[in-house]
Amino acid sequence: MTPANPKLKNRIGESLSGSQIIWEALVREGVEVCFGYPGGAIMPAYDAMIQYPIHHVLTRHEQGASHMADGYARASGQVGVCIATSGPGATNLVTGIATAMLDSIPMVCITGQVPSQLIGSDAFQETDITGCTIPVTKHNYLVTEPEQIAPTIREAFYIARSGRPGPVVVDITKDAQQKSCVFEWSDEEIVLPGYRPDYAPLAEQLDEAVDLIKNAKRPILFSGYGIIKSQATETLKKFIETTNIPVACTLLGLGGFPATHPRNLGMMGMHGETWVNKAIQDADLIIAVGMRFDDRVTGNLKTYAQNAKKIHIELDPAEINKNVRVDVPIVGDAREVLEALMPRVENCDRPDWLAYIDEIKGGSAVRDIKNLPDLGKLYAAHVIHDLYRFTEGKALVVTDVGQHQMWEAQYYKHDYPRKLLTSGGLGTMGFALPAAIGAKFAEPDESVWVICGDGGFQMTAAELSTCAQEGIKVNVAIINNGFLGMVRQWQQFFYGGRYVATPLLSPDFVKLADAHGLTGLRVEKRSEVEAAVRTAEATQGTVVIDFRVEQEDSVYPMVPAGADLHNMIERPGKPGGSEHNPIFETGKDD
Amino acid sequence: MSQSVKRTFAVFVEDKPGVLNRVASLFRRRSFNIDSLNVGATHEAGVSRMTIVCDADEDKAKRIEANLYKMVNVLWVDDITHKQSINRVLALIKVNCNREQRDEVLKICDVFRARAIDMSPDRVTIEITGPQDKVEGLVSVLRPFGILELVQTGTVAMTRGVEKHELAHPTVPASRNSAA
Repeated sequence: MTPANPKLKNRIGESLSGSQIIWEALVREGVEVCFGYPGGAIMPAYDAMIQYPIHHVLTRHEQGASHMADGYARASGQVGVCIATSGPGATNLVTGIATAMLDSIPMVCITGQVPSQLIGSDAFQETDITGCTIPVTKHNYLVTEPEQIAPTIREAFYIARSGRPGPVVVDITKDAQQKSCVFEWSDEEIVLPGYRPDYAPLAEQLDEAVDLIKNAKRPILFSGYGIIKSQATETLKKFIETTNIPVACTLLGLGGFPATHPRNLGMMGMHGETWVNKAIQDADLIIAVGMRFDDRVTGNLKTYAQNAKKIHIELDPAEINKNVRVDVPIVGDAREVLEALMPRVENCDRPDWLAYIDEIKGGSAVRDIKNLPDLGKLYAAHVIHDLYRFTEGKALVVTDVGQHQMWEAQYYKHDYPRKLLTSGGLGTMGFALPAAIGAKFAEPDESVWVICGDGGFQMTAAELSTCAQEGIKVNVAIINNGFLGMVRQWQQFFYGGRYVATPLLSPDFVKLADAHGLTGLRVEKRSEVEAAVRTAEATQGTVVIDFRVEQEDSVYPMVPAGADLHNMIERPGKPGGSEHNPIFETGKDD
Repeated sequence: MSQSVKRTFAVFVEDKPGVLNRVASLFRRRSFNIDSLNVGATHEAGVSRMTIVCDADEDKAKRIEANLYKMVNVLWVDDITHKQSINRVLALIKVNCNREQRDEVLKICDVFRARAIDMSPDRVTIEITGPQDKVEGLVSVLRPFGILELVQTGTVAMTRGVEKHELAHPTVPASRNSAA
């Protein structure tokens, strides 16, 4: 809490400007790096920044700043901080704020506001950013007096990181930054009368859950982001190794339970594994931990897991019975609840249920990647699978949104938490590169890989310039198929193959990297993938690899939006099919 | 699924700028349709009380309650739909009324325990407080005279007996009962 940072002089009791107090408060909250973009209404704060031990990363767009703060928070588990000016600066943050909100990411956004006497006058660069962000923040504040700054920032961090985390906006008027007051800082516990983030599970609910688990013949456990958020990986492993309950992961839950663990079935939902979705439909008990039954996970709710009793372990009471009616809701922290259940569950081998799942896995247990006909072309799935092999599954991968994101989820096996950062809830294209920059600042020793499409990359490609200016290294794998691939896939499946507004002309990404003084590589054959990955890992500074992949490949399997979970579109020519091409066997799938 | 009925929530909030906006924004964003919303001060400094009436089944009511609790400025939420409670609306009704009709209109007011609070040669203004259906009853009886203007408040509601609201968060809302 208080001056953990030895570089910070103790100035409590001194008269400081509001601007100084902003940084005093941020440093006291443990902030070392923040991402932002200056402008008129936040200039006093920027002017005071140089007095404080905070590294500021100048982004190329405020959206980049919010995604960087988000990536920093996802990689570290700490609160990410971004800062912007009023008006357009603040509104440009909103996409990143909404992204963080839907994925429960702790973030504090400081925005400048026009002087308080001008509020409401449509002043230059005035927007009502607290009004704008009410629906996409956990909470927000408008601060008009310097005395309010320190306590408000403290509260903002507390709210952002406690309970179900989320973004908090603190909008500070220019005059509040300029005026001075006596700086005060309290380390006492924050008490907000209307805010209780910590729910303890009720004993009777735990009893009911224990009974259901004991009597289940075909149980399945869902591992969501709540497992990662509550650092429940080890607890979950013990729980699963005792109960032998197979685990299915949500997209954001990937890495929360090791992908290579024998009880891990893989990802569920729209682009989940067929056997996972079938197992869900056949289960008699679902234990959903730290997830929220998103529509991309359930498909048609009327036919969803009809035979299963449902236990929902979730920190946020408002998620209970929101999408799926559950039999036993347990409101509490995932790790605490699992720890409470752990001594009360029995060893169980479940040979029949596990054998049944093995049976429905069948030939598809080895993913269809090996069976893609090799026509001398490069498939995105190959690129990602090779990336997994050549980085030995240890990279911190940040994906964008679209086909490559699903391929990454399918082919890059994450054994550790916080090694896959992806915009799951909001599905924000342009997320990957800036989020990866934020992640690299949080975890400078990690090998950070961006996997993105040619479309999403171009949304925030300007942040390459930030990489160059900061001298930081991330590796960018552009899965370049010349289309907005996921939309094109939907057009192919559901819109009569009319490719409206999806063919995409891109600049020469190698030259683009070069123009930034960075390294660019191009890969057109599978045989070149390994060399490119190794070159990228060995090169100093950010490397952009343009993977020219097969243009009209689709992500399989797929549950069409709103369809029954067990009715999946599978890859044509899948194992055993007539189009199966044995030339393409590559040996082991790991 | 239980049936959708008119629900009444008593919601205690911190008296801070923008709280009404936050609550209204929540109902809009989650597609919870508000029938009426009333807000005013309470006897405790810094605490306002809202009475919110909306259509919801049992599940939705629990979610409304849980979502209200997620708001930092919301102190206490009480779904008083099925509790013994007093619900009141206040309405002012200006109605055509000449000298010959006056006795009849005043008699109607007596029946409904309404009061004439203003009068001119050709019209009368009536004040009524009571449950929504009583107000609607009076309006329907007055309608043949010709209603010139009508204004009414949203419902304000209070449980009977003494229910001590501690103005602090209760334990786990919304998770119990909802699964029954």
